[in-house]
Amino acid sequence: MIFDWLPSVLIAIVLMLAVVGAVRRISLWRAGQPSPVNIISGLMAMPKRYLHDLHHVVERDKYMSRTHVATGGGFVLAMFLVLCVHLFGVDSKLLAWALLASLVMMFTGAIFVFKRRRNPPSRLSKGPWMRLPKSLMTFAVTFFVLTLPAAGILPDGTGNVLLTLVLSALILVSLGEMLFGMTWGGPMKHAFAGALHLAFHRRQERFGGGRSTGLKPADLGVEVHGVSKPTDFKWNQLLGFDACVQCGRCEAMCPAFAAGQPLNPKKLIQDMVVGLAGGTDANYAGSHYPDPQGKGREPGSAKGSPTEVITAGLVDAETLWSCTTCRACVEECPMMIEHVDAIVDMRRFLTMEKGETPNKGAEVLDNIIATDNPNGYAPGSRTNWAADQNLNVMRDVKKAEVLFWVSDGAFDMRSQRILRSFVKLLKAANVDVAILGDEERDSGDVARRLGDDATFQNLAKRNLQTLSQYEFKTIVTTDPHAFHCLRNEYGDFGSDALDNVEVLHHTTYLNRLVQDGKLKLDTFKGGTVTYHDPCYLGRYNGEYEAPRELLRSMGIEVAEMERSGFRSRCCGGGGGAPITDIPGEKRIADMRVEDAKETQADLIAVGCQQCTAMLEGVVEPRPEIRDIAEILVDQLIEEVH
Amino acid sequence: MQPNVISLVSIGRHPQSGRARRSEQDGRALELGLKLSGSHLQVAHAGAYDSTFSGSAEETVLRQYAGMGLKQMTVLKQSSDADVIPSLSHYLESQSAQVVLLGVRAESGESSGMVPYLLAESLGWPIVSRVADIVSIENGEAEVLLALPRGQRRSVTVTLPFIATVDNAAPEPRQTAYGPGQRAQFNAVDTPEVLDELRINWVEAPAKPRPKRLKVIKAKTAAERFKAATAKAQGGSGKVMKNESAQEKAQAIFDLLIEEKVIR
Repeated sequence: MIFDWLPSVLIAIVLMLAVVGAVRRISLWRAGQPSPVNIISGLMAMPKRYLHDLHHVVERDKYMSRTHVATGGGFVLAMFLVLCVHLFGVDSKLLAWALLASLVMMFTGAIFVFKRRRNPPSRLSKGPWMRLPKSLMTFAVTFFVLTLPAAGILPDGTGNVLLTLVLSALILVSLGEMLFGMTWGGPMKHAFAGALHLAFHRRQERFGGGRSTGLKPADLGVEVHGVSKPTDFKWNQLLGFDACVQCGRCEAMCPAFAAGQPLNPKKLIQDMVVGLAGGTDANYAGSHYPDPQGKGREPGSAKGSPTEVITAGLVDAETLWSCTTCRACVEECPMMIEHVDAIVDMRRFLTMEKGETPNKGAEVLDNIIATDNPNGYAPGSRTNWAADQNLNVMRDVKKAEVLFWVSDGAFDMRSQRILRSFVKLLKAANVDVAILGDEERDSGDVARRLGDDATFQNLAKRNLQTLSQYEFKTIVTTDPHAFHCLRNEYGDFGSDALDNVEVLHHTTYLNRLVQDGKLKLDTFKGGTVTYHDPCYLGRYNGEYEAPRELLRSMGIEVAEMERSGFRSRCCGGGGGAPITDIPGEKRIADMRVEDAKETQADLIAVGCQQCTAMLEGVVEPRPEIRDIAEILVDQLIEEVH
Repeated sequence: MQPNVISLVSIGRHPQSGRARRSEQDGRALELGLKLSGSHLQVAHAGAYDSTFSGSAEETVLRQYAGMGLKQMTVLKQSSDADVIPSLSHYLESQSAQVVLLGVRAESGESSGMVPYLLAESLGWPIVSRVADIVSIENGEAEVLLALPRGQRRSVTVTLPFIATVDNAAPEPRQTAYGPGQRAQFNAVDTPEVLDELRINWVEAPAKPRPKRLKVIKAKTAAERFKAATAKAQGGSGKVMKNESAQEKAQAIFDLLIEEKVIR
């Protein structure tokens, strides 16, 4: 070849530019707040996390997981060998043949990427992503031809000036996409940022099958509470935003997006990228925030920079308030991005610094502060529901096997039916149970999701103080939101009140009682039953099985909805969404009941009082809605003494 | 010229929990003050400010007021058994206040609703009660909307300086934000302290429910029942006496008191 040295020089130049880009990108992330991670062990764990945790999520779409293994695996291997063979000039036929093989593998994968891109589903971003399969193929073909002499298939020095120039141009095109684009913001950025995000993830506990869903406490008494501008995020949160591959799985799962509320998790993350890098959303080529009232802005008008307030021009506050914190996006994200953390961080700024919680938010927060419950009822009437229940109160007995955490359902007549059913079941099983009575307070769930972490922390500390006075082995609650707070979020406040205490949802506890034979149940004969997984029980706490086992123990064959288990669709009642009430085209609860109707169900079994309230708010005709405790109590065989 | 507006705030009391809170009407007085003069608004509270203040319920409530967007707030140091009128009037005069806004009555303490009147008396200023809005302040005069029942308004003009009590019909106070509230500074000011001689001899006891007049339903049709359920008392039987002599006016009031069995 005439310019024999040209390919290796080109490779070296692009590689250097890529390194410069990487340094620049890393400095963008480092502009965020410190968050301690173990760099060495994170990097060591990265390959395993890719193969296990990330791939586990990608695997839900078999077509894409195989395509990605071929393309991505092929590329990484090929790139490594390209450096060996063409940059460092290692003269080995074996390496050259291995390079050819990996390029073939990559090319095969790229064909499938190309096929999917011919008619892409709406959730996928277009724009630069549409050229990616072509770039992948160009890379594979170019280096295949370039490697033929080294593999001994073609004699050295084959080709003329023209071929060399064409190949050099193709090297520039393909490496420009694959290496330069990787660190300068092209589609391949996902590989660079994604790999590092796996290593330095803010929730390391999520890897290896773990679960980490509790929100992190906000620092109080600081200059600015919550996140006002991109640099207020932790640096590894910024890194996480950059990892987004714009696959839109979050968009496809988001209940607010489906309901036409102005939220699209994918666009939100891309807006965060615009914020951290500076610029506008003009290059964004995916679906925008739904805009039911037509008052949204033109694509391209969202502007941001690392030091500008996010809600002043980059993201509308309504977008942040549309989220139900159901975690469907987080569960579905192959890059393990934490959308809900980011949204709550920004809500904290809106509530604690601006005092701009929409609609009923301010009133509810005032009530929680003044009365320890969101509706402003007299704290002294918290136990009125149990006037005829003959329940022990902790203040009197000091000690019990089980503490029943009643939650704010105590003030709501519909929820009281669930509470009474549960108490009846506990009594039938002769459980030594007590309640806190008027000493109980709101768990702080709503305050925290509305961004008022000061009030949440205040409630948590006071609740822990109360709990620490009494002795019990288990806390059981019928409210998955309180369950989540007690189990996953109260641990951050340095109290030993919950050490060695098992926190359980009532379905888990009841299931144990049934399996131990302490509750005798009749067979249920009420038609088809489907089960709606509450987000805070399922995705937040991984409890999918106990409610189903309970239903099976009554002889119920659950007619599963298409979206059930970890893909369950939210009822619309989480995250303070019914309080902030951002308008959309549909109601989330209506869509969920439609899901249930498709199973021909006569009854929707639920394990959460908020879900019960949301789903029962859907106009009839619709299936009946009952908590599992209510279904159980009707099938209870009471022993006559 | 920017009028010198001062809002006075007190410690409220939640009707259900009895816990200290931002008082509803004082919050509105603050909101109206912010509307009139924005960041120039002065806010004052007369109450305890000693070693126990930090971390007290009072501080929490004052910070809730401050969280509406105040950089600082004045606390006129007073002990709990002091009469706050001399202190407040001294302060208002020293600040040459032009518009003083406060709630109709406090939610705690005596809750007599007398503070604005006693202040007006001691300062010799006019008072407008139950204000829904202050429309404009020009040339030493303010155009004020008074709140009347059933959403009616009466427009009056009043010369500066004046005292206005703020009705529940005024715009709701904005949400309080935690961060700004925590960062706000308190300026403690020494003012004359006068012991409330009358009050220290009082004995307080829980109130007994007062007898209520029975509601006799006279309505015969659904429309009448609907009206009775929704409409507020119209009055209607009252009469306006303008040209009569003082003797006749007094007699009319006296007759009414006897008729209503207030005196026998």
